[in-house]
Amino acid sequence: MKTVTLTIDGKVIKARAGEKLLWAALENGIYIPNLCAIREREEPDASCRLCWVEVEGQSDPVPACAIGVQEGMAVSTKGEKALALARAAFELLMASHALDCAHCQANGRCELQKIAKVLKCSLKPKRLRLLLRDLPVDDSSPLFSYDPNKCVLCGRCVWECRKHREKAIMGFAHRGFERRLTTFADEPIGADRCLDCSECVKVCPTGALTLK
Amino acid sequence: MPGPDILAATEQILSAFTPERPNLIPILQAVQGKLGYLPRSAMQAIAGYLRIAPVDVYGVVTFYNQFRLNPPGKHSVKVCLGTACHMKGGYIALDAWQRRLGISPRQTTPDREFDLDTVACVGCCTMAPVTVVDGKPEARVDPTRVDGILLSFGREPPAKDQK
Ligand code: FES
Repeated sequence: MKTVTLTIDGKVIKARAGEKLLWAALENGIYIPNLCAIREREEPDASCRLCWVEVEGQSDPVPACAIGVQEGMAVSTKGEKALALARAAFELLMASHALDCAHCQANGRCELQKIAKVLKCSLKPKRLRLLLRDLPVDDSSPLFSYDPNKCVLCGRCVWECRKHREKAIMGFAHRGFERRLTTFADEPIGADRCLDCSECVKVCPTGALTLK
Repeated sequence: MPGPDILAATEQILSAFTPERPNLIPILQAVQGKLGYLPRSAMQAIAGYLRIAPVDVYGVVTFYNQFRLNPPGKHSVKVCLGTACHMKGGYIALDAWQRRLGISPRQTTPDREFDLDTVACVGCCTMAPVTVVDGKPEARVDPTRVDGILLSFGREPPAKDQK
């Protein structure tokens, strides 16, 4: 296996050639905010726009989940340009997030709390007006609850569910601001088609999917 | 249209396509062309034929404006929310239509008289805000004009309008 050597925030690391920057960093204990990245996925979705980093010699920040490591690359996760982009993306997410950490099951292990800390910004957006979706919570599954108001549309649960192929029940539907994680015809998740594997709950980075 | 007819029509259309995912949109278009909308049983049959999850069919159907989940009404009302109409109060017109017809965009009134939809620019921005009624663009549609148009279809506005 070919390896390449690069530096991230001054730390010298080795990574498998062809590996994406994000995974190389995470594996070496360097955290870069990310929500939509799924390692098994061949082509990164690169839709959450949180994983911005700066690469020496490039004038604009790049999304770490979509850029391959290269020999001699010098990466910074702390550049102001990159952080500004990531903060903007994060604020947009939080502007329609039903924030209620004190009563949220994910409190303490929530990826959003972690990201806010790393980006040094608050969970409550400062520059944007809140625009909440106010969708009903789906409590129909015997095993878990789904609160769409806390969903960030990262797609991790959809990826897990899709492993059941034609039997998958979760997916994205509707468009724009209406877009949400849902089921065929927006039926309750617990309707008999769910195989109750709960894999979706395990990968949810927020309190959108929680065990009962 | 009763259930078996929907399935028969869907299956007939499916037989003209190979069961491959890239055929999803052409199949949906053909089925809607035949039935006027995409009933739930048709979407399920399509998913089964393509061996994909029904939710994936539903995701595509709800993404594109051209697909309908409800049978079309006798009259179609399309409210423009393109940039010019948006600036000129297209949402106020949409709101009035929603209130008067008692339905949301992409739905059909229970008596099947009207269906309501939104469109993004119909190309006559000088007339903003525009509502296209049965293919004919109506200019400067405000709530009063909405009532006027409905009146021309024999629908009296409610005698006492709350607020
Ligand atoms: S993790 Fe890179 S864009 Fe979401």
